[in-house]
Amino acid sequence: MAITQMIGAHIQRREDPKLITGHGNYIDDMRLTGMLHMSVVRSPFPHARIRTIDVTDAAKSPGVHAVYTARDFKPVLAGGIPAAPAFVPDKKQVPNHYPIAESEACYQGEPVAVVLADDRYLADDAAQLVSIEYDPLPAVTDLDRAIEPGSPTAHEGAPDNIAWDAVFPGGDIDAAMAESEVRLKLRITQQRLFPTAMETRGCVADWVPFGNRVTLWSSTQVPHFLRLFISGALGITEAQMRVVANDVGGGFGAKLRPYPEEYLACAGSRLIGRPVKWIETRTESQQATTHGRGQIYDLEVGALRDGTLVGLRITQLLDAGAYVGVFGSFGGGCYTFKAVHGRSLGILTNRVSTDPYRGAGRPEATHLVERMVDLVAGELGLDPVEVRRKNFIKPEAFPHPNNFGLVYDSGAYEKTLDRALEMVGYGDLRRRQKELREQGRYLGIGLSTWVEICGIGPSAATAPAAGVALVESSAVRVHPTGSVTVSTGTHSHGQGHETTFAQIVADALGVPYEMIDIKHGDTGETPFGYGTYGSRSLAVGGISILKSCQKVVEKAKRLAAHIFEAAEEDVVFDQGRFYVKGSPDNAKVMGEIAFASYGAGLPEGMEQGMEAITYFDPPNFVWPFGAHICVVEVDAETGAVDLQRYIAVDDCGNVINPMIVEGQLHGGIAQGISQALFEEVRYDDDGGQLLTGTFLDYLVPTMAEMPHYELDRTVTPSPTNELGVKGIGEAGTIAASAAVINAVCDALSPLGIKHVEMPARPDRVWSLIQEARS
Amino acid sequence: MIPAAFEYTAAASVDEATQALRKYGEDAKVLAGGQSLIPLMRLRLAQPAVLVDIGRISGLDGIRRENGTLVVGALARHAEIQSSGEVRSSLPLLAELATDVGDNQVRNLGTIGGVVAHGDAAGDYNALALMLDAEIVTNKRRHRAADFYKDIFTTALEPDEVVTEVRFPVANGRHAYLKFRRRLFDWAIAGVAVQQTGSGWRVGYVNLGNTPRRGTAVEQALAQGASPADASNQAGSAIDPVDDVRASAVYKRSLAATLTRRALETASAGG
Ligand SMILES: Cc1cc2nc3c(=O)[nH]c(=O)nc-3n(C[C@H](O)[C@H](O)[C@H](O)COP(=O)(O)OP(=O)(O)OC[C@H]3O[C@@H](n4cnc5c(N)ncnc54)[C@H](O)[C@@H]3O)c2cc1C
Repeated sequence: MAITQMIGAHIQRREDPKLITGHGNYIDDMRLTGMLHMSVVRSPFPHARIRTIDVTDAAKSPGVHAVYTARDFKPVLAGGIPAAPAFVPDKKQVPNHYPIAESEACYQGEPVAVVLADDRYLADDAAQLVSIEYDPLPAVTDLDRAIEPGSPTAHEGAPDNIAWDAVFPGGDIDAAMAESEVRLKLRITQQRLFPTAMETRGCVADWVPFGNRVTLWSSTQVPHFLRLFISGALGITEAQMRVVANDVGGGFGAKLRPYPEEYLACAGSRLIGRPVKWIETRTESQQATTHGRGQIYDLEVGALRDGTLVGLRITQLLDAGAYVGVFGSFGGGCYTFKAVHGRSLGILTNRVSTDPYRGAGRPEATHLVERMVDLVAGELGLDPVEVRRKNFIKPEAFPHPNNFGLVYDSGAYEKTLDRALEMVGYGDLRRRQKELREQGRYLGIGLSTWVEICGIGPSAATAPAAGVALVESSAVRVHPTGSVTVSTGTHSHGQGHETTFAQIVADALGVPYEMIDIKHGDTGETPFGYGTYGSRSLAVGGISILKSCQKVVEKAKRLAAHIFEAAEEDVVFDQGRFYVKGSPDNAKVMGEIAFASYGAGLPEGMEQGMEAITYFDPPNFVWPFGAHICVVEVDAETGAVDLQRYIAVDDCGNVINPMIVEGQLHGGIAQGISQALFEEVRYDDDGGQLLTGTFLDYLVPTMAEMPHYELDRTVTPSPTNELGVKGIGEAGTIAASAAVINAVCDALSPLGIKHVEMPARPDRVWSLIQEARS
Repeated sequence: MIPAAFEYTAAASVDEATQALRKYGEDAKVLAGGQSLIPLMRLRLAQPAVLVDIGRISGLDGIRRENGTLVVGALARHAEIQSSGEVRSSLPLLAELATDVGDNQVRNLGTIGGVVAHGDAAGDYNALALMLDAEIVTNKRRHRAADFYKDIFTTALEPDEVVTEVRFPVANGRHAYLKFRRRLFDWAIAGVAVQQTGSGWRVGYVNLGNTPRRGTAVEQALAQGASPADASNQAGSAIDPVDDVRASAVYKRSLAATLTRRALETASAGG
């Protein structure tokens, strides 16, 4: 198709005026007649038997309409919360996750009772009066100890704490290691993180007894999944349930599973016969919304003395939490390894579950590969740039099947690296580093040359892994006077779909951008869809929309031919105008053809209307890549890391809207830097009590802590889809933590320090320096 | 924010506030800028039955100089202290401390009286008050800072006592404040203030013990002519940091010495 005005245009997000002037429509803005407010009483213990629950005082508290426990919910709420198969066919145990604990609480923050009252203050007052007797049980928190034989179990009566133990062989790892001249080992911890969306979770449920219909408004990334699973648990059909996610203030992966409170609000509304609202406080969010990361990697890399990478052995210990969520992938990055061997152990602990968080597996995968490459460079005394160049998959090698058989679509890895090196002034910077070292100052330069799998995903790969084919739907409807309504199964919670999708449609249909309305988030008005995560919305959802547009154009062309009394192949469609070859002056626009399509006198066999639905199943994933460089100086006396420069050259194929791409990079890089230097969920060592339960102790950085980003782009279109697009929503996060930590390690290398765990807190860095010096 | 229920009364004068406090006794709390109290109420860690709002009492926010004393009204907000010409000329170090408190919102609302009454060892002004022998004036009496900070979050204030002003000796010699933190608006992990006065250097420590601390040994070493590097080795005797989520006690000790040296060097270089 002709690339015309809108695709590639640097235009502002059309959703912003509404959102930044306070006219958004978030859950907490909702008020329904007769609505009650729900407060959730949560287990203060990471693991405890629940002996008795006494709700007498709470029930008598002013304004209280009901106090419900598991016993009340059982008759109206069947079954547990689904666990995704988590990319593992051979799962060993999946603990049943009923939305409210009955006899055993398995993480701090697990719901035990709910109070419904006239307002939230009264509900919280009464919640304090629910009296629960607990017998605390040993809490499983340490991953190494959790897998020792005889360890206490996270769930009473379970055989052990292993949720899965899966091996992913990618070549003959023993041969690769045997052939290697150097073999280096490292353990890397990926600390738990709060996903920290600006809007916490929340929902309003309205059960209408006649016809057993329920509407659930929720702050979610996946409205259709919610309807699918929650309707089942409520014993009603999907047709009886509507899920609406209006404006959602961020998700970052933590809003892509159905949560206990959504079930409890629906069932509570049914029991009490009034609408029920629940808004998560920030404290609840930190306790009871899924955390990101939470993994330990035991790694071994094998290489030749000239820097050729040969083998990579990865053992992942994944802290699944008390119930099983989704887990991410790993691989050999943008390098040609002879073999990459992965083993993943999913471990049940008495903590809230982990789930995807921006990047979802790829930041971890990138971090480990990029750290191991630097380890090899350091050991062999080679420049990390040269080790990367030597091992990059070459541009002519695409499509390139990786060690696990996934096919990288396109890439030009040296191109992004060269540009980044030029921007940072690599040669000069290395000289400067040498000078400063002589003065006892510690400048560090860190590289992260990343590649990610996104555009999730092709049914052949996702159906076996996720239980459903993660394709994407769209419906494009041209109204009689030429305006257009587009429904998408993806969900926008900050990504700017209303802008970028409209840009695609404007070009594909040749209709003015202003006449295009993008609808998402309401199961009542969109086809079944799969939501937004895994940088999939454009490469899967956007292409689905393009294909619907093409179907519409095809029909419009047939109709135009009929109107022009010409042969279909003689009709030209050019930027919204239809005309017969050779007479462009006698054209009809899309609106005119659409109008005709709703009238009489259509061609033989053509139905009225101008609309199309598509379920797009992409032939492959897409594989964006790039090169990030971070420059830091470490204060050896205090251990403080001063982030001086951050350069990012990314390649996400063709770009629909450069401004949105930059915005996604800014936010993404910030979150990656933040993991490297600031954020970490901490529990006390034995009790499993959350220590970082406020933003005072959990350090989400601000603009003041972020460096100026120096960004650039190369364009290597994806051959996987017609627009040549990839994804960019997670790229920054995927690349950044490795760049920062590599820089910190590079700074400290004269002291013999080989690795620094995240976050590189000043006290942690200081301790490493002390150890190294003593 | 979903606090427990409370009564609210706004006092028009210090007398009215005092009467209200006497009436409600231990159940009542003074509300000034709310920047420490409200966060506690939000988590229901504080559940006062009555809030006595002193924020509307006029005349309690003045900043003036009385001979050798800088008098700062209890309701003076951080933002006012930060930009006050009087503070900048009489005790520029106080203005520097104010600049580093929290973020704009906190500085526009939080008050010096609140910092002092809250008695947080991490409250930057408290170390300054202590090291300079400031006086804390209330509706009932005058406290010497040296006798005021009793224990963790515990001061000499009685439940019906209202802080009305803080009196600092004028000091506009060399000075520096180094506040070590990971985010711009954070509280200090550790802070060191140094001020040269007519009677020698004064050194104060923020968040390095259960109360604010004064670096007497460092001061003495300096008086005897020690270099900043040597004097800073004495930092340890004044402080008593503990392990917490921010850092280990060992680390904080090292930090205190480093910051002391750097603060003294910065102040000396500053002219
Ligand atoms: C994000 C954030 C960051 C912060 N960072 C810092 C920082 O870096 N350094 C720092 O020093 N502070 C910091 N603060 C706290 C801030 O300085 C507060 O303003 C201060 O601690 C309390 O002042 P207030 O006027 O807000 O008092 P309030 O919160 O209203 O009251 C605090 C306590 O003092 C009592 N009280 C208040 N005024 C009086 C009075 N006149 N007489 C008797 N009792 C009184 C109250 O009863 C209450 O117990 C921060 C606060 C926040 C929210």
